[in-house]
Amino acid sequence: MPEIRVDGMLVNAAEGVSLAVALLSAGRTRFRTSLSGEPRAAVCGMGVCMECRVTIDGQPHRLACQVQVREGIEVRT
Amino acid sequence: MIVVVGAGPAGIAAALAVQECGKAVTVVDENPSAGGQIWRGDPTHRWVARFRAFNIPLISGVRVVWGYPAARTLVLEDAVGARRLAYDKLVVAVGSPEIFLPFPGWTLPGVFGAGGLQALVKSGLPVRGKNVVVAGTGPLLLAVAASLRKKGANIRLIAEQTPAALLWPFAKQLSGRASKLLQGIGLAWDLAGIPYAPASWVTAAQGDGRLQRIVLNRRGTLVTEDCDYLAVGFGLRPATELAAIMAGPDTIVAGTGDADLSLLEGRIAGYTAAGDLEKARGLEPERDQARTFAASIDRTFAVRDELRQLADSGTIICRCEDVPLGRLEGKTCFRDAKLHTRCGMGACQGRVCGPALEFLFGWHGASPRPPIFPARVGSLLSEG
Ligand SMILES: Cc1cc2nc3c(=O)[nH]c(=O)nc-3n(C[C@H](O)[C@H](O)[C@H](O)COP(=O)(O)OP(=O)(O)OC[C@H]3O[C@@H](n4cnc5c(N)ncnc54)[C@H](O)[C@@H]3O)c2cc1C
Ligand code: FES
Repeated sequence: MPEIRVDGMLVNAAEGVSLAVALLSAGRTRFRTSLSGEPRAAVCGMGVCMECRVTIDGQPHRLACQVQVREGIEVRT
Repeated sequence: MIVVVGAGPAGIAAALAVQECGKAVTVVDENPSAGGQIWRGDPTHRWVARFRAFNIPLISGVRVVWGYPAARTLVLEDAVGARRLAYDKLVVAVGSPEIFLPFPGWTLPGVFGAGGLQALVKSGLPVRGKNVVVAGTGPLLLAVAASLRKKGANIRLIAEQTPAALLWPFAKQLSGRASKLLQGIGLAWDLAGIPYAPASWVTAAQGDGRLQRIVLNRRGTLVTEDCDYLAVGFGLRPATELAAIMAGPDTIVAGTGDADLSLLEGRIAGYTAAGDLEKARGLEPERDQARTFAASIDRTFAVRDELRQLADSGTIICRCEDVPLGRLEGKTCFRDAKLHTRCGMGACQGRVCGPALEFLFGWHGASPRPPIFPARVGSLLSEG
């Protein structure tokens, strides 16, 4: 089971799932914060809505729904 | 070489048709695996298995962000960087995203697209024991409810905005084609016991930082329903951005509908790209029939006027730039709104609010600007 770090906390993800799935499964409902401060999470699941944007290993604006979890990645929401 | 963008039903069928004609083909898809929206996570499906069996090269996890039709070149981008891909003929088979319409609370985490939640479940999201409401319109709601229930979700209700008076004649007309739409008799069985409420729609989603309950207009009466997830979608519409950018004599567009129509259009596109026009023409009558059927679905499940009244002045319309409905008042067209409020100027580039604004105000979207997805500058530097 890949272990990832989300905002500094260790999260165990299931094998072969997308990062969006890993975050939701871990009860994380804030993927990003909107301009007016609202929490936002994945909506379309297919790379269209851009609501699932997170920072992965320092790279901003990655789509969590389009990325598979890998051992050791650092995610910032 | 013939390049196909999209490894859904349309792209798979196109690639197999090209291969059958003995020409070289490469497929590009932003997803890690082939199958598209419908067969993702189902590598054993007949078409996906065939695609693999023929060893068709698939460049996966890579998104086409732009291109130069005159130079017959695509610009591809992945996590690491960008590259170019040249082609002789191009098939654009990028599918049809869902239509989302705004209502108070639709931006709360826990509110998903109908196909959207299903896509997440297909990529591994557990829903066992979760209370889920499926809402919106169209046959996709049934497919979504059935597949979520199979994974153990507790489907509280399917709220279909279309009134029963339109649904039943449609269902009757279906009888011959029921298996096609309902994906086999299995679906009726999978849905047994789930309340199906015609003439019903979600008027608000509520909760503290995440979805906790919805308010439902159930045939004229407002009721509240507690739930963990809401899966809400208002049909599909073909993605036109890449097709518009790549328009030209060497580009063929395929895949504007459900899986059957997309498969047919894909095969036709593949034969056309490979130069076998006779085979392509032979499939046209069947395709036209499928298109007629798709059009009758669209008519039956057309979104009703009442849903235009759901958003209030504080309801966010543009989720990327947080533009509420109130700020759009007095604007005359999408361009006007973009200039004055940044509505539609954010990361999704109007893919979500565009169809909503078309529905609310009859505005049509402005043409795509480069890149069609936020891309790194380097990807676009030199002209192909
Ligand atoms: C979220 C969702 C779930 C659905 N679930 C069902 C279902 O369960 N049952 C059903 O009958 N129908 C379902 N549908 C309807 C479905 O769209 C069609 O049945 C069918 O998948 C259409 O096939 P297609 O090949 O035209 O498009 P798709 O299957 O959407 O395939 C398009 C492919 O193109 C890729 N792509 C798109 N843009 C780019 C780009 N710029 N660069 C690289 N690759 C790109 C995508 O990753 C995708 O794999 C669903 C639709 C959606 C939107
Ligand atoms: S969930 Fe919409 S882009 Fe990822």
